[in-house]
Amino acid sequence: MDQLAQLFVLTLAAGTPLVFAALGELVTEKSGVLNLGVEGMMLVGAVASFITAAGTGSPWLGVLAGMGAGAALSLIFAVLTLSLMANQVASGLALSLFGVGLSAFLGLDYVSVVITAIQPLAVPGLSTLPFAGKLVFGHNPLVYVSLLLFAAIQWFLYRTRAGLIVRAVGESPQSAHAIGYPVVRIRYLAVMFGGACAGVGGAYLAVAYTPLWVEGMTAGRGWIALALVVFATWRPWRVLAGAYLFGGVTLAQFQAQGLGVDIPSQYLSMLPYVATILVLSMISRDAATIRLNAPASLGKPFHPDG
Amino acid sequence: MLTLLKFEARPEPSRVAGWISPLLAAGATLIVGFVLFTAMGKNPWVAFHAFFVKPVATLYGVGELLLKATPLMLIAVGLAAGYRANVWNIGAEGQLTMGAIFGGGVALALQESTSPLLLPLMLVMGVAGGVLWAAIPAFLRTRFNANEILTSLMLVYVATLTLSLLVHGAWRDPEGFNFPQSKMFGDAAMIPILLPETRLNLALPLALAVVALGWLFMRKSLWGFRMRVAGLAPAAANYAGISAKRTVWTGLLIGGACAGLAGVTEVAGPLGQLLPSVSPGYGFAAIIVAFVGRLHPVGIVFASLLMSLLYLGGESAQINLALPSAVTGLFQGTLLFFLLAADVFINYRLRVKRPRAGGIPA
Repeated sequence: MDQLAQLFVLTLAAGTPLVFAALGELVTEKSGVLNLGVEGMMLVGAVASFITAAGTGSPWLGVLAGMGAGAALSLIFAVLTLSLMANQVASGLALSLFGVGLSAFLGLDYVSVVITAIQPLAVPGLSTLPFAGKLVFGHNPLVYVSLLLFAAIQWFLYRTRAGLIVRAVGESPQSAHAIGYPVVRIRYLAVMFGGACAGVGGAYLAVAYTPLWVEGMTAGRGWIALALVVFATWRPWRVLAGAYLFGGVTLAQFQAQGLGVDIPSQYLSMLPYVATILVLSMISRDAATIRLNAPASLGKPFHPDG
Repeated sequence: MLTLLKFEARPEPSRVAGWISPLLAAGATLIVGFVLFTAMGKNPWVAFHAFFVKPVATLYGVGELLLKATPLMLIAVGLAAGYRANVWNIGAEGQLTMGAIFGGGVALALQESTSPLLLPLMLVMGVAGGVLWAAIPAFLRTRFNANEILTSLMLVYVATLTLSLLVHGAWRDPEGFNFPQSKMFGDAAMIPILLPETRLNLALPLALAVVALGWLFMRKSLWGFRMRVAGLAPAAANYAGISAKRTVWTGLLIGGACAGLAGVTEVAGPLGQLLPSVSPGYGFAAIIVAFVGRLHPVGIVFASLLMSLLYLGGESAQINLALPSAVTGLFQGTLLFFLLAADVFINYRLRVKRPRAGGIPA
């Protein structure tokens, strides 16, 4: 039983960076903007949080720095695609390449630095309860933050007027513009929200999950997050489910080693990527579902004067 | 008086702006470099010299410039064929790795061979490896509608891990002091040197020939024309009966073939063996090369030289100025950002808008 609870805790912990990044990207895409730069924003978020945590001694300030760094980086993308009408695919790729380079550059002096990490919650009396204690109270504080974020996004998108406007902008920017909504401004905010979330996802890796800085430490999680949004057919709760599924898959690596299974580690490291390809193919097979659920203007540039 | 700058759509895309924008982008990147070097407490002129002049001040340096430009132009010209048709293969790094595995595998299997046919066989197998790896996203896209951007990228990780598996395991050199690397290839498996006293080899003319072929394909063949139509006007292409599936297959396989070739020319050239990593990110840098070169073969050749210089400059700055070589990645990304920003002038022009005269009395 206790091992089961432990597995649950580990799965949530492994899925959480994907939850942050994919939920942020979901909001960005709901507004009609496809930002392929998630990997870059996560990496820069990770390095910014790590440097801040190392400098100030406070991992929570690090999380804030990661959030800010992710948002700042996404602003470059927003200016390119929303103000300068650049191709969103090319700009997103540029953002990812730039983020990889920038984070490697900034993080050089921090490669073997040790920081105080954000520790799992320890509620006196509750966390030590058998089974349920671990299940409910034994997670890293950022895991709870990610669940709150999920609830907030679900509520915002489907229960508030502002969320409806964001979705309208994603479906038909021309109509939203004609009614008088500031399409470009709304998309700027949605892109920066996505950037901030990706930054926190990276920060979680650097100051809570791992916690250390290694070049390219996100290991493709930004790209998996992008795939998750498609798997989830742009619905928040499915993003959550998908993220934990993939969290579980990444765990297989450590679990198998722990159990003494004699498989070269590379096979197990391949699992998340192979799984992404398989699931993406399975879900995308139904082209009509994808078309119906994807924001209609996703990836298309919008210029107010037509 | 209030004046506003506004972008106004051009009636037709400007060709002039299309060719000026890479120059603007390169200039702006240099300015950023100037500021960055100054901020890092280096004399920017000394740094510029170390970055852009010193690496190519010798014949050996020029050879290195051309050597590193070779895989970049090869991959970029293949990617450009796809990008023109809106087929977004971003997994060239993985296709390159597969090309290195397939081509290198032949060299290792026929270690003792001195046959002049060994090298051609390796090149063919390298191409086959790249094609095979690119065929996976092509199949998944055409059969299951799976986004090729994500699948091709995921396959980069799988390819890299496969290579790691091989050089840590079955293909590890038993006399290599347990280092994860294969045996050195035999002489017959190495691409002959083109320029004595340098590492520049015959892969360069080969790459240039591929670039010329790429130009012929895109500009002179019906198939290439169809691909360009598919990219510019998908609806019109569909109406004209141009098969979207064939476009995807062609775009990805050409990209895979070129990247696979680049992979085998790397291991049969400067590396001479299989290592855990056979490329310093050429597959990704080539994406930038393709865009900076305007998806045009001639532009790509120049862009690959520029990108190669950034690689060399990064190494030189590390040795001469104790600057981190990660500066290279930073410059690469910055260059692409500025290019994308400057490209706004292709489709739009800046107009100064003044409030109408006489509207409001003073």
